This record gives sequence, C-alpha cells and structure tokens, in this order.
Amino acid sequence: MAASAAVTANYVLKPPPYPLDALEPHMSKQTLEFHWGKHHRAYVDNLKKQVLGSELEGKPLEHIIQNSYNNGDLLPPFNNAAQAWNHEFFWESMKPGGGGKPSGELLALLERDFTSYEKFYDEFNAAAATQFGAGWAWLAYADNKLKVVKTPNAVNPLVLGSFPLLTIDVWEHAYYLDFQNRRPDYIKTFMNNLVSWEAVSSRLEAAKAASA
Amino acid sequence: MSIGVYIIFLSVLAMSLDVGRGKTTMDPCLESMKTASLPDLPYPYDALEPAISEEIMRLHHQKHHQTYVTNYNKALDQLRSALANGDHSSVVKLQSQIKFNGGGHVNHAIFWKNLAPVHEGGGKPPHDPLSSAIDAHFGSLEELMQKMNTEGAAVQGSGWVWFGLDKELKRLVVETTANQDPLVTKGSDLVPLIGIDVWEHAYYPQYKNARAEYLKNIWTVINWKYASDIFEKHNRHLNEV
Repeated sequence: MAASAAVTANYVLKPPPYPLDALEPHMSKQTLEFHWGKHHRAYVDNLKKQVLGSELEGKPLEHIIQNSYNNGDLLPPFNNAAQAWNHEFFWESMKPGGGGKPSGELLALLERDFTSYEKFYDEFNAAAATQFGAGWAWLAYADNKLKVVKTPNAVNPLVLGSFPLLTIDVWEHAYYLDFQNRRPDYIKTFMNNLVSWEAVSSRLEAAKAASA
Repeated sequence: MSIGVYIIFLSVLAMSLDVGRGKTTMDPCLESMKTASLPDLPYPYDALEPAISEEIMRLHHQKHHQTYVTNYNKALDQLRSALANGDHSSVVKLQSQIKFNGGGHVNHAIFWKNLAPVHEGGGKPPHDPLSSAIDAHFGSLEELMQKMNTEGAAVQGSGWVWFGLDKELKRLVVETTANQDPLVTKGSDLVPLIGIDVWEHAYYPQYKNARAEYLKNIWTVINWKYASDIFEKHNRHLNEV
C-alpha cells in the first residue's frame, strides 16, 4: 500500500496478503487470528462507529488521521483511525519467506544513509526495543533521506511529515503469544524472517514520486 | 522499596548539583545508595487462579518486574557516575530511564500487595472507615469498581488505573497513568490504595484482547485490607493535625 494511496469511504478490514498461518513458525497463526481478527478488526469497527454521522464520515482514512492528530493534542478518532492504518501497513510489511538483506537500490540507499545494512539493522532493532510501552518502529523517508523512527501508541510518520516505508508493531499484543516478554527475540525474528523488502521498495518509489 | 526512594533521589540530586565547585570525592549519600531488588510474591504463583493464571504471575513477576529492577539498578549506576563526574546533561538524560524502570518497580511492588488469594481475604469488601469513605465519594463500592473498569478499559496503549487518596484535599480519586508513571505523577499528594496494571502483559496469555473481562475478574482477588491499612494510616495523621 503506497503511502499516498486514497482509501475508500468504507473503512475495510483488509485481510493480510497471505493466509493467517503463512508466517509460521516466525509468527503463529494464533497471533494472526487475534492480532488481525480481534485487535485490527476492533479498530476498524470502532472507527466506523466513531465517525458515523460526523463530518469525518466518508473522508479518506489518512485525512481522519491528520485531522484528529491535531498537532499532538489527540482527538478521539485518532487512535482507531491511526491503528487501522498502521495494522494494514504492518501486514503488508511482511511476507512468508521474507527478511534478510535487501538488494539493489534499496540496499544502496540503506548503505548511504546508515553506513551499512548492519548499522541500519542495529538502529532499527534498538528503536523497536527501546520504545517504552506500546508503539511502533519505522523505516521512513523524508528530505531524500532514509531514517529510523520510533513512535508511541498509535502515532505514525504520516503525522510527523515523513513517508512510512516499513514498520514493526511493538505493542505487547503483537508478540506476547509467541515470545511473551522477549521483545528483542521478536524483533530479530521479524528482521531475519518476515520483512517484505519488495513492499518497502515499492513504497519508496511512491514516496520519491510524491516528493518530486 | 517505596516512594521514599524518589525523595532520597531528589535530595541527593539537589546536594550534588551544588557540587559544581569541583569536589572530587563522592558524596557519602551516593555511596550508600541502596539498589532495588525484586520483592517476593506474598503467595504462590497459582494462588490467584482462576482470576489470574499461574502462567501470567510467573512471567509478570520473574520476567517483567525483574527486568524493571535490573534496568533501574543499571540506570542508578549510570546516575552515580554522572553525578560523580558533574555530568549534568547525562543526569537529566537518565531521567526517562529512571522514571520508566523505577516506576515499573515501584508500581509492581504495590501491585503484588494489592492482590491476595481468596482464602486470604482477596475480594472481601473493605470495612470502615474506608468503606464509608468510598460510599461518600462514589456512591457505593460497585460504582467505584465500575468507574475503575471503565477508565482502565479506556487506557490507550500501556498504563495503570488507580484508586487513590489525596491526603491534602482529603478525598478519594480514580486516576489513570501512562506506561510506568507512578500515581504521584498525577499529583504529589496522591497515595495509591489500589492499582490495576492494564499493560497487555498483565492479562494477555489468559484473556487475549479481552481487557474488560480481566478487569471484571480481578476484583475477586483485590486485597482491600491493604487499601484499608494505607487509608487508615493517612487518616490517623490527618486527624492528628
């Protein structure tokens, strides 16, 4: 999903682009069933209820996110809207047989902006591991540069003025069934086995086009 | 370990900030600063079933609380060095580590005492004077529990829901705090009587996304005796004024 894609008026719980058991053994079917089937579904359902009859009804999801972010003084729809967006972005950030090092232009840019893939890996890991409480870690693009960002709760780079390229959910519900308290193990598994660099590349192309 | 550690920390900080005059010996208070340690649970890991599973109690105490203690002690160590070196920007930079991990330790130390097995009084409603005070402030015990459940369910992300005493204004309050912020961050006169952890780790293996169910069930093991004791202790002081 490109960062600039318009979203239809009906807020939809889109299924991940793979069956719920396809990420095993790295992320269990049970996790997907709860994380997508309960948590993500609740954000979408509650958002629909929340905007019904309001001036936000029917507006694109990204519009609702920016509007309700309200420069950090969050309005009620923000949590549901941003979390609905974040989770769809998260499923699409992963793929079966993913992970490892990217190649081509993406690798070149990571090496340019982080010195090496390993330095990027460490920085992304550290951001995900040190986000206090609930939140997300991101690879983002802004001012023709790649950077790692961590955000609390539902906040995402859209409201911080940059293009999200990759994310990992570090709310405890994302990893508790498979890893319990071991967030660092979850992050490593995500990096080594789940990241869809194809998705990251296509998002980067869209971001560059949008910035041109 | 109590809120007292914050007072000790703040007074040590105040004393050391005076040491811009180039003292090289470490303030004796810093040397004797005690490290935190994981308190024992006052009951076996399975004692709060079926409200809270043994699996959760083991993970929560041995992993989560232990990690807060370990990281808090690490941060204190770094603070000691920074203070000894007069490195004030590091002192300030360490505050978020201390607040998060120290808060995690303080909050969980209270939490284990807030819970009790049913056969040791868990779930047994409070007696006077706390009982009357609750009725006066909230209408009834049920209304207090309802308010805590509603506010606890509404916490976005991680945090705590608290039932506390404002010892200055002499009233009972329900408050929520984010992450590991202790109740005192919502008001320096607030004393925690009951805190309920609503971080997902507090309920996920057993309840999954059903936080409301966890909140409903935890009341069967809430230790009102602890809350009453704290309340009466402060009441005595208030009455002595």
